[in-house]
Amino acid sequence: MIRLQQLNKSFGKLHVLKNINLHVRPGEKVVVIGPSGSGKSTLIRCINYLEKPTNGRVTVDGVELTKPKAPVNRVRQSAAMVFQEFNLYPHKTVLDNLTLAPIKVQKVDRKEAERTGRLYLERVGLSEKAGAYPSQLSGGQKQRVAIARALNMHPKIILFDEPTSALDPEMIQEVLDVMIGLSRENITMVVVTHEMGFARQVADRVVFMDNGEIVEDGVPEHFFSHPKNERAKLFLSKILR
Amino acid sequence: MMRANGPFALFKWEALLGDFPFFLEGLLYTFVISLSALLLALALGIVFGLLSSAAFPPARAAARVYVEFFQNTPLLIQVFFLYNGLPFLGLVLDVTTIGILGVGLYHGAYITEVVRAGIGSVGRGQREAALSQGLAYSQMMGYIVLPQAVRVMLPPLTMQAVNLIKNTSVVAIIAGSDIMFAANSWSSGNLYYGPAYVAAGVLYFCLCFPLAKLASYLERRAKQAFGQADPGQADAAATRAAAKGAVTGG
Repeated sequence: MIRLQQLNKSFGKLHVLKNINLHVRPGEKVVVIGPSGSGKSTLIRCINYLEKPTNGRVTVDGVELTKPKAPVNRVRQSAAMVFQEFNLYPHKTVLDNLTLAPIKVQKVDRKEAERTGRLYLERVGLSEKAGAYPSQLSGGQKQRVAIARALNMHPKIILFDEPTSALDPEMIQEVLDVMIGLSRENITMVVVTHEMGFARQVADRVVFMDNGEIVEDGVPEHFFSHPKNERAKLFLSKILR
Repeated sequence: MMRANGPFALFKWEALLGDFPFFLEGLLYTFVISLSALLLALALGIVFGLLSSAAFPPARAAARVYVEFFQNTPLLIQVFFLYNGLPFLGLVLDVTTIGILGVGLYHGAYITEVVRAGIGSVGRGQREAALSQGLAYSQMMGYIVLPQAVRVMLPPLTMQAVNLIKNTSVVAIIAGSDIMFAANSWSSGNLYYGPAYVAAGVLYFCLCFPLAKLASYLERRAKQAFGQADPGQADAAATRAAAKGAVTGG
């Protein structure tokens, strides 16, 4: 579903991603963890091409994005993104946030987009907020709307870029619960997070990054109990305590 | 001041009142020229404002050249050039067209900057969210960025309209029959300068003051984001700051 090959990304002299190779199978849940500045966010942003790799290959849903004139906008519709800062459209109501891209990009009939939109709002527990504006919601509610917005594109993949890092602590669980619910489905998920409990619970694989490299890649049971890499051990000892 | 023969003597005001329709014609002309120049300036401002925000460097460069040229030379000289210079190039335009063109081009440069700043005020996250949903650049601008930018742009745009109206007074020097020209020509005949320029000032004030009030109203409204008292961006920043200290872990 997602294949990164020999991927490199530099911002000027800063080499952020170094020779990344990663293969995510359909329906797989991959959690990416690592210290701040290790390149996790850049990695996930390369997958839907918000960040253009310096070199290497990115293939998503059978389309190689790194080829010239690749249909990037088409691939983005099947690889939805949930951001740390929610990035809801503040001038649109919650329901309009959910239906804008389906109507304008996927040319879905408005009635149908609103119908599925309401279903997804119900699923994230926010049906009563359909007519509200994002500024009237709490952080946790905003992020749940953002997830519903992603779902209403009917994507094959959802990319989560630190979805709970901008939230007040008491709101983190409501968002994680929605994500845990999602993980029971056949959708492919790549999640950058610091939530170790979540990683342990839903991940098929945990990818540990440090200093722009993938230094460990394995099932969570092994990763959390017997990490092979020294840097991973150090990171876990700090974060798990 | 009101002495029988002073600059503001009563009989001069009476004369002004008698000839007031002449001033009203000037008002109408100023109104028409302002409106036309404003439409031209808005069109130029939106086009060059979008070019200033484009990813393509030559587009940005073209917008810069336009803005810097017209912002950094006096309007008076630009109008003189259109009036005296263009005929040498074989292009003779009537005074009204020159007025609209001169004032429109000049304010278009300022409006370009207003549009550029407005687009810049919409956070990067908004663009990324739109792009991540597969929106094309034009859709991102049309549905997400511009509707949010307009709110920020309206107060300074209204102030530009006020300045534009005042600046149409330059057409008087090339004999466009606006308010200023009415005051000049009426008083050059009878030498009643005092009442003439007071009347001109009052007429400009009547055009500009309501707009200035509108600008301050729009400014107050722009501070209230969609649906609540303070902007959503500040809200997200505050949430983030609050979460910064919290250590997450399982």
